Amino acid sequence: MDLKEKLISSFMAFESDVDLDHPVHDIRSMAIKNFERKGFPTKKEEAWKYTSLNGLQKIDFTIFPKETNALEYKDVKKYFLHEIDTYKIVFIDGIYSSYLSETTHDGVDICLMSSALTKPMYEAIIDVYFNKIASRDESLTTLNTAFSREGAYIYIPKNKMPKKPIEILHFATGNEATLLLQPRNLIIAEENAELQVIERHQSLTTNEVLTNSVTEIFAAKNAIVDYYKVQNNVGTASLIDNTYIDQKDKSVVKVHTFSFGGNLTRNNLNFYQNGEYIDSTLKGVTILGEKQHVDHCTLVHHKQPNCESHQDYKGIYGENSTGVFNGKIVVDKIAQKTDAFQQNNNILISDKATINSKPQLEIFADDVKCSHGCTIGQLDENALFYLRSRGIPKKEAQALLMYAFANNVLESVRIPELKTRINKLIANKLGVNLGFNL
Amino acid sequence: MLKIKNLHASVEDKEILKGINLEVNAGEVHAIMGPNGSGKSTLAAVIAGKEEFQITEGSVELEGENLEDSAPEDRAHKGIFMSFQYPVEIPGVSVTNFMKTAINESRKARGLEDMPANEMLKLIREKSELLEIDRKFLSRSLNEGFSGGEKKRNEIFQMAMLEPKLAILDETDSGLDIDALRIVANGVNKLKNKDNAVILITHYQRLLEYIVPDFVHVLHDGKIVKSGGKELAFELEEKGYDWLKNEAVV
Repeated sequence: MDLKEKLISSFMAFESDVDLDHPVHDIRSMAIKNFERKGFPTKKEEAWKYTSLNGLQKIDFTIFPKETNALEYKDVKKYFLHEIDTYKIVFIDGIYSSYLSETTHDGVDICLMSSALTKPMYEAIIDVYFNKIASRDESLTTLNTAFSREGAYIYIPKNKMPKKPIEILHFATGNEATLLLQPRNLIIAEENAELQVIERHQSLTTNEVLTNSVTEIFAAKNAIVDYYKVQNNVGTASLIDNTYIDQKDKSVVKVHTFSFGGNLTRNNLNFYQNGEYIDSTLKGVTILGEKQHVDHCTLVHHKQPNCESHQDYKGIYGENSTGVFNGKIVVDKIAQKTDAFQQNNNILISDKATINSKPQLEIFADDVKCSHGCTIGQLDENALFYLRSRGIPKKEAQALLMYAFANNVLESVRIPELKTRINKLIANKLGVNLGFNL
Repeated sequence: MLKIKNLHASVEDKEILKGINLEVNAGEVHAIMGPNGSGKSTLAAVIAGKEEFQITEGSVELEGENLEDSAPEDRAHKGIFMSFQYPVEIPGVSVTNFMKTAINESRKARGLEDMPANEMLKLIREKSELLEIDRKFLSRSLNEGFSGGEKKRNEIFQMAMLEPKLAILDETDSGLDIDALRIVANGVNKLKNKDNAVILITHYQRLLEYIVPDFVHVLHDGKIVKSGGKELAFELEEKGYDWLKNEAVV
């Protein structure tokens, strides 16, 4: 039985476990039908030209893990931003770990999707927001929607701001030989609300793990959302991240994606500007080696006038790694005075590494400023000679130049401890100790 | 200290240096002058170890050791410093952090521990005062957004920090106004002593009014066509390079 068939037949088992009368279940039933019709994307589709899911479909993934597992905090502490106090929503093999988590209902809701999808008090909000911005057509998103049951639920009411950043962590223990995880997150920032989220998926073994995650983010008028994705997983863990963002007037949403590892990572990041004077920022640093593959597929849809978007993705590819940047900007006819900027710069440090960079601009308005640029190159020989002539050995000099190359992406990180952590991850990834705290 | 014998060097099979002989002893200042395209910057880069240049014949020796197989960083550790005509911008790495890395890498190569932080700070303070460099300047990203003069001054600051045996200043005077030139020259003069040596590469005689050379060499078409004392520089300033070119043909 292939993975698609297995998933479709598993849906029946899933149904015996959830409330079939809840309005969300109609959405799930519709979604599984859409998935059944479309199946997994293939390389024939333009958006999947450079990323193949064939290998993953051959794996007999466990869809419902049999038992719950416990982890000791000391064993996984390093994956948390433990330098500072945070709210934590933690899952182990897809199951909520209350022991490792720190949730709250004090003025804001930082809790679980399973509560939001079952308790009557959340029904009104779920009705307004759930699956409203996520695609009802894209097959992996519909697959997630069909099985949506658990994940993070964050609701920040008008004028509120949580006291500290929120971490969403998913651990895979390897208790199952293979595991498919499908977390579903819903994040709502009402008018003037502000929040910071850090999301991380971490496998603790070499057993195969595939995560197909969907996150919906709603930023109301004047809301500020900072979202950080830290992707530094083991070589047997793959991630398909589908994030959908709905922005209203004057909201500011920044998504930073740090891709440093994992087998196959696909980031489908979609911004919809449903208001005026909106600011959207998409930034990424990708540093890959081995046979890792990362595909950044972004969409910024300018649907109203006077908005801005800033995209800046930097990639450093070594060994046999492959990267894809597919950035699409759509400017509707009504969206005059749009200012859209897109930049993708890549460095290949190995002859066997590959990058495919493809900007796509669809502009229907005539009074707009849209610029894009992509570069693929090697390290500047002259710059390298400059550093070496000052006594810095080749390897360290290369690292310093690569750090400098990626640096401007980090400037907008607003949690200093996270910035330091990412700095260290970059230095680590480049295999050198730079001898000072960058 | 530095002995260059019959040096031939090429880039992509094009011969640029065509048999250079030069000996520089400790305590000396040598000026290398010559028209554009004569090979001045190539000579500097070959001494510093830039890999795109191939030495096809002859040798470069530092204190009796042939440098042919020596990487640029190894040459730096042995005491060679080259001030760049066009210093490279490194965003996100401050001048201070860059210097810490460079100094500690040199120390590591000599089997020494990292320089203690207070000692490093003292050294930075002392040398930045010498070059009249503002403290704020030191926390800026290396060369990023620096003016031409600031870049050159920063090069000499790095030289002061690294205390090389042999400093090669490649067109350090270009792009400097008279005040900056005076500060840079003053810095070089204060760093000069009987144990180190300086090679000044310049197009104009102007710098030599401030840093007085012991020897002046004129480079033309990859060869030293004339050597002399500091008075040669004045002669060149008056007559230009053309009379030398003619002499070389004869």
